[in-house]
Amino acid sequence: MRRLQITKIVLILAIGIAVPFAGFGQQMESHIGNLTGHSEAGRQLYYRYCWGCHGARGNGDGENAPYLNILPRNFVIGAFKCRSTPTGTLPLDSDLFSTLKRGINFTNMPNWSALTDQQRADLVAFIKTFSPRWKTEKPGDAIQVPAEPALSVASIKHGSELFQKLECWKCHGQEGRGDGPSASTLTDSNDQPIRPYNFTSDNRSKCGKTNQDLYKIFMTGLDGTPMPSFADVIKPEDAWDLVHFLRTLQYNNKSPELALWLSTKEGAEIVNAKKVQNTYTGSGVKP
Amino acid sequence: MDVRGGSGVNRIAKRPVKTLFYVAAVLGIFLSTCSPANALPAFARKYGMPCSSCHEAWPKLSPFGQQFKDNGYQMGNDRDAPIFQQPAYWPVTFRITPIWHRESNDKTQVDGSNGVGGNEATVTTHGFDWSGLDFHTAGTLANNYSFYVLPSSDNTAAFHFESVWARIDNIGGSSWINVKLGKFELDNLLSEKRILTLTNVSGVYTNYHFQPVGEAYKFGIGDNQVGVEWMGHSKNDRTRISASLLSSSDGQPSVPNSRAYNGYFAASQAFEVGSLGLQRVGGFAYIGQAPTYFQFTNGGPTAGLPGTGIGNKGFQRYGLIGMWYVKKFDITTIFFHSHDSAYLGTNTPSGGPLNPTGALPTGAQAPTWNGGLFESHYNFNPQLILINRYELVRMSQQALSTNPGNLGNADVLTFGARYYPFISSRAGFAYHGEYAIIWQKGVSPVTATNQTTSSLLFGFDFAF
Repeated sequence: MRRLQITKIVLILAIGIAVPFAGFGQQMESHIGNLTGHSEAGRQLYYRYCWGCHGARGNGDGENAPYLNILPRNFVIGAFKCRSTPTGTLPLDSDLFSTLKRGINFTNMPNWSALTDQQRADLVAFIKTFSPRWKTEKPGDAIQVPAEPALSVASIKHGSELFQKLECWKCHGQEGRGDGPSASTLTDSNDQPIRPYNFTSDNRSKCGKTNQDLYKIFMTGLDGTPMPSFADVIKPEDAWDLVHFLRTLQYNNKSPELALWLSTKEGAEIVNAKKVQNTYTGSGVKP
Repeated sequence: MDVRGGSGVNRIAKRPVKTLFYVAAVLGIFLSTCSPANALPAFARKYGMPCSSCHEAWPKLSPFGQQFKDNGYQMGNDRDAPIFQQPAYWPVTFRITPIWHRESNDKTQVDGSNGVGGNEATVTTHGFDWSGLDFHTAGTLANNYSFYVLPSSDNTAAFHFESVWARIDNIGGSSWINVKLGKFELDNLLSEKRILTLTNVSGVYTNYHFQPVGEAYKFGIGDNQVGVEWMGHSKNDRTRISASLLSSSDGQPSVPNSRAYNGYFAASQAFEVGSLGLQRVGGFAYIGQAPTYFQFTNGGPTAGLPGTGIGNKGFQRYGLIGMWYVKKFDITTIFFHSHDSAYLGTNTPSGGPLNPTGALPTGAQAPTWNGGLFESHYNFNPQLILINRYELVRMSQQALSTNPGNLGNADVLTFGARYYPFISSRAGFAYHGEYAIIWQKGVSPVTATNQTTSSLLFGFDFAF
């Protein structure tokens, strides 16, 4: 009887100790090209580089989170902005890998290009240990990005019409400055105010700076933000037209789209009317 | 030659006045060699990141921290300009280190049977103390305009400017064009300002400051220098290259040795080796010249008018560096080769009223030496790092052919550990323990025999 009691006590203690750490014991891998990331190696990197914002448990409540105007990603939810997979699905490992390498512009998430590819792969593997979704779900299938059609004035004009028709302006504003009538009401999945993207500020969006990146944002949406997916709403060729138009809103970026648009009388009038001369007053940040 | 100048106290009870003098000398020298290091919670506070992001163990930079520094203290995520900070944000960090330390020198010059200063003895001192104080202020004035000002003091609060510079970053949108002007640390991959060791013996790199026995001209490649630097790097910082034009003043203000300019060049390339980590190899060269006499005097034939240095003679420092990572273990290896003009090595004017013919002393030759450095770390985790370093310097040609061939040769061995009880974006604290010992050939002050100096130090190193 006495031996049985001791056994029970030992078992209870063992369970009591093990349960709180159960979530941290799981091993994950990531696969990006020829790279295989290991969560155990990623753990050490996470607690060196990431926990200050994303928190020790990955739920975005790091000690600095209260001071950030855009809260850090909550890895437990498993929702990520920058994906190549349909809205609501888990991202590919390569999506997370790219985000680490590129950073997220206009937030406090820097680019981690100084790390090695292996280190980033290890971090991706560890980040996946935080959410139970990675155990029960597979990442979505990557959306296909068709070849970009030839740039034309007609394409830009059609994109402009879509900008009105799809009511992009309600959030992003008629001039793409992120100051549409709904802008002040928007919140993200953390119920924190979020500002729509200001196209005039930079040529980099949150999820990359190429036309393909911009195309993917329309089609996948930015999960966790009010930016929806338009995959079921517009055709691929329409999405490309929208990309071409949005490039013309980036007055400080010498893109082929802007150059073509400025070569037309209509385009030059519109752009010059909207353009704010860059005086470099204040912060030195381009207006 | 004693690159530290360290000495100590012996037979304390017998000579209290001299004892006090020696204690003051030891502490002064120790504190003057405690290099200010760059660990800036001001940056961690600005970006909300733990210090371990930019520092493998502060103040030693991680590759991410090096990239941040090379990019003009910018993350590149459009949160870099001060406009994104609270108006009250003031990028200031101070660092100071209360310590207990023990210093020992086996050949200290003392009075004795041979008269005043005619004997040598082992002198050991120990006690509680504190380091100098550094006030780091650095950051961005606007996007792509960065600065760094570091008033630094000894433990008597006598301040000087350790760093004063402003930098224009990413000129024309290119990471290859960055220009810095002011007083700054040379682009040394193994930064002496970020050294992990603090003792009298090992608070600086011996190879960075070594000079042949008897040479008066002072130069240390680890010292901050005054000039202009162009620096370029790839976006991910794998490739780095820089060139500097510097005053030949060893970082001193008011150009006392003006009219001589030096050049410094550094380049390195990093590459990934699977799961081992990021490896880096590089090289550097310092091509210098220094005046040997003055064009004008004011107050007698030996009183040179400052700023009129003339009769420049050359000196060079070359090095190859490798930084090798095997996961948590890393080792830095450096090979040094140095060469000074015979005029500098023997403190001989190359002309002027004191030596119109520019003749060299009999047996004078250009001092030349080689050095090696092996510094290893084991980073258990962001909170604990073990440190080991071995340096050696070997003379290959003395300034005077009559000198013993090994005069001044040095070997330095260091062991240390730093434990950071918390990792935060607000402040830094480290328990520091270290032991270092240096053996030098033929440099004892009286008998010109071998000398051994050691330091033991424990302290609380903190920055806020």
